[in-house]
Amino acid sequence: MRYAMAIDTKRCVGCADCVVACQTENNVPEGFCRDWIVEETIGAFPELQLEIRSERCNHCDDSPCVRCCPTGASHYEEGGVVLVNHDECIGCKACIASCPYDARFVHPEGYVDKCTFCIHRVREGKNPACVEVCPTHAMIFGDLDDRNSEISKALRTRKHKTLIPEAGTDPHVFYLL
Amino acid sequence: MGKKLNRREFIKIAGMGAGGLAVASSFLKPVSLFGQSVSREKLIASTFSEATPTYCEICFWKCAGWVHKKDGRPWKIVGNPDDTHSNGRFCPRGTGGLGAYTDPDRLKTPLIRVEKRGKQVFKEATWDEAFDYIAEKMNGIKEKYGPECMALFTHGSGGGYFKNLIKAYGSNNIAAPSYAQCRGPRAEAYLLTYGEGIGSPERTDIENTKCLVLIGSHIGENMHNGQVQEFTRAHMNGATVITVDPRFSTAASKSKYWLPIKPATDLALLLAWINVIIEEELYDKEYVKKYTYGFEALKKAVKGNTPEWAYPITTIKPHIIRETAREMAAAAPAVIIHPGRHVTWYGDDTQRVRAGAILNALLGSWGRRGGFYAPSKAHVPKPEHPPYPKPQKGWRDAFPDKYPLANLALSSGICDATIPSTTDACSIKGWIVYGTNLMQTLPQPQKTIKAIQNLELLVAIDIMPSEITGWADVVLPECTYLERYDDLRISQGRVPSIALRAPAFEPQYNTKPAYWMAVQLAKKLGLSAYFPYEKIEDYLEYRLKAVGSSLAEMKKIGVKNLPLEQELYFLNGEDYEFATPSGKIELYSDTLAEHGFDPIPRYTAHEEPQEGYYRLLYGRAPMHSFGRTTNNPLLTELKLENEVWIHPKVAREWGIENGEYIRLENQDKVVSNKVKAKVTERIRHDCVYMVHGFGHTQKQMRRSLNRGASDTQLITRVNVDPIMGGTGMRVNFVTFRKEVA
Repeated sequence: MRYAMAIDTKRCVGCADCVVACQTENNVPEGFCRDWIVEETIGAFPELQLEIRSERCNHCDDSPCVRCCPTGASHYEEGGVVLVNHDECIGCKACIASCPYDARFVHPEGYVDKCTFCIHRVREGKNPACVEVCPTHAMIFGDLDDRNSEISKALRTRKHKTLIPEAGTDPHVFYLL
Repeated sequence: MGKKLNRREFIKIAGMGAGGLAVASSFLKPVSLFGQSVSREKLIASTFSEATPTYCEICFWKCAGWVHKKDGRPWKIVGNPDDTHSNGRFCPRGTGGLGAYTDPDRLKTPLIRVEKRGKQVFKEATWDEAFDYIAEKMNGIKEKYGPECMALFTHGSGGGYFKNLIKAYGSNNIAAPSYAQCRGPRAEAYLLTYGEGIGSPERTDIENTKCLVLIGSHIGENMHNGQVQEFTRAHMNGATVITVDPRFSTAASKSKYWLPIKPATDLALLLAWINVIIEEELYDKEYVKKYTYGFEALKKAVKGNTPEWAYPITTIKPHIIRETAREMAAAAPAVIIHPGRHVTWYGDDTQRVRAGAILNALLGSWGRRGGFYAPSKAHVPKPEHPPYPKPQKGWRDAFPDKYPLANLALSSGICDATIPSTTDACSIKGWIVYGTNLMQTLPQPQKTIKAIQNLELLVAIDIMPSEITGWADVVLPECTYLERYDDLRISQGRVPSIALRAPAFEPQYNTKPAYWMAVQLAKKLGLSAYFPYEKIEDYLEYRLKAVGSSLAEMKKIGVKNLPLEQELYFLNGEDYEFATPSGKIELYSDTLAEHGFDPIPRYTAHEEPQEGYYRLLYGRAPMHSFGRTTNNPLLTELKLENEVWIHPKVAREWGIENGEYIRLENQDKVVSNKVKAKVTERIRHDCVYMVHGFGHTQKQMRRSLNRGASDTQLITRVNVDPIMGGTGMRVNFVTFRKEVA
């Protein structure tokens, strides 16, 4: 089993519903977020392109944050999901410095927090809150090891990319182009 | 160039808004059980949640959903899968609706003004004191000037109860800025052409269309939920999208054709398209023959409106005009020239929208799959009450010869009729303002203030202390939609449906639902007979019973879809009588001719900005509903301030850097609040753009105070549509003022 997410940049309108859905679902404290929107303009007037992306922790296969964590608080769960065990985290911020995606922050309670792929929902057979809410159905979550999953099909049939592949972390959030 | 809503910005924001943070509601605080921190995920998985049905009040789309509590505390709002407005997926504003409930800056108790109007010195009052004050003033106005001198401005679900109250009192001066400042020209243009309006949600069959033409409609930035969902579906199904916009909008970025038109020239482009469709004989001949009136006159009228004629006006190249016209014809009848929604731009807006309506008729898209469908609406009777007294005069008497084709009251007209002048036959003396911040919804705020200073009574009913509540004599604090029942949502769509809003939480502070307020006020005014049910639950039960449902059932399902009563599309060759004077689609309008207006739309040039000035355009952001949400703690996290979009060449000329704070000054020397410059290739050089609803000056809205600039403040002049009185607002020009560090 290997969980992953694909975000369809053709469908995304950048409304940030994923951001606010994550905040209410996961009680993310005010002033912080586990996911965010990036709008990238390419070209010059009037030959323009716009790429809109919903970004978050990439749940990498070779995660520098897990490797550098001195206490083992950052760890892999089932399906390759990278989580932080709040009780074991000492808030040293080594993982924050190591993450190429700027995906982590220190929660006001003292531990490091980030996207969990809503593992509490996934374990109940539901989609992550951001995927579930997206009005334009721009996000797909699923198991890459299942050839028939929607995400496997999408990655087989659609051109796609990952962010900062040169960091060599083997990210598992994909962008459909 | 990228814009990132990232954590770092959030941290900065949190630092600046420390006041707001300190009083943030308990549910956003970190959860701790038994004195030790518990994994949030474990906690969420283990807790019990309960759900209450609602329909959203954050915008007019009114999506139905469920409010979830966890351990008795507010948790989240999600869409109702049975609801055709949302298909189970809320937009960011709906998802962030809890922020309306938790906002610490909410109005908390009734207030009565104690000093000069506008100075914002109030005393806290009991509900009884507030109602007594209002009733005494209203009785005085009735006695001195007649009941017609009271007016109601309204926006939102609770407005209906006050409409009932003010009609019972004897006035018909009921206005919504959504007419004269927004959709009015669209309604009249389609009524004139087809005998029917567009309505809301729009009857556009976007999900089945093969070609969608957007004239300035920024779908995706205006997050009208179901429409955005259909837009995406059409786009993914390969529909051709043609977007006409001086700005590279989100929709433009999804389009096959982006036509970066010179602002204020859209009508010329529409006429050129009509010219091509007729000259190249691309129109639906059978449809035009069977259903339309005035084709030959139209053909003659647009003879000279060739693409070559339109090129220097619009800056759109002739071959692009031809190519896009052919794309539309190839997709016909599954083609939509979108009628738009906010269309009060230049003062000839009814004519511009009508040109689009005519183009739709030539392509045969009205009544066709992928064009415009026939919407259905549930019929839900209301309880009987005594007939309303007949008003002896109305706002229209103040303008005897003007705006002959306005079918609804003009909010700007009522405002004008409040400023005394020798010609006024109906001078307004009292306003009730429900759920609309007139200081931001009406253009020319200086005029609004002048009108307010002439009032004998101004009552504001709102949830937030907006600018208009600061001018009020009495402020009545309403509880949010999450704390109250409201009337059923009965709106048009492909399927007739009803939706229930029930209270998920008890009202916080000393706030009350609008229904309760209207009933209490009716008692004080001796008008209780018009409210046969004291409790809204009984009123709802009456209405639900009439359609075979009940409050108990609706609390379980939230939304009820009823059987379809009519076909969505015309049957093949169906005879159809349109509700127009000719019984046909009127390409030529005798009605317009009789009133001295162009029977076929004709282009006239609009004033252009002087050198060093740029046309001020404005629009929406997906996470805000105008100024109503710009203090919402969840939504301010997504967007705290607006920016002014400036083309890089213009920015270079003025030495403006991306991200720098500047001020705008308009042609009347009005200077804006400071606003961040967004230097971007995504806009033409002759205009600037900003999102409407920012630049609040109300000190009690601590998050939104002084964040960004207000476009309304800069809209000191308007071009009024002579047909129906809409206020064209894109006729203001601005220049830049650098901030001195």
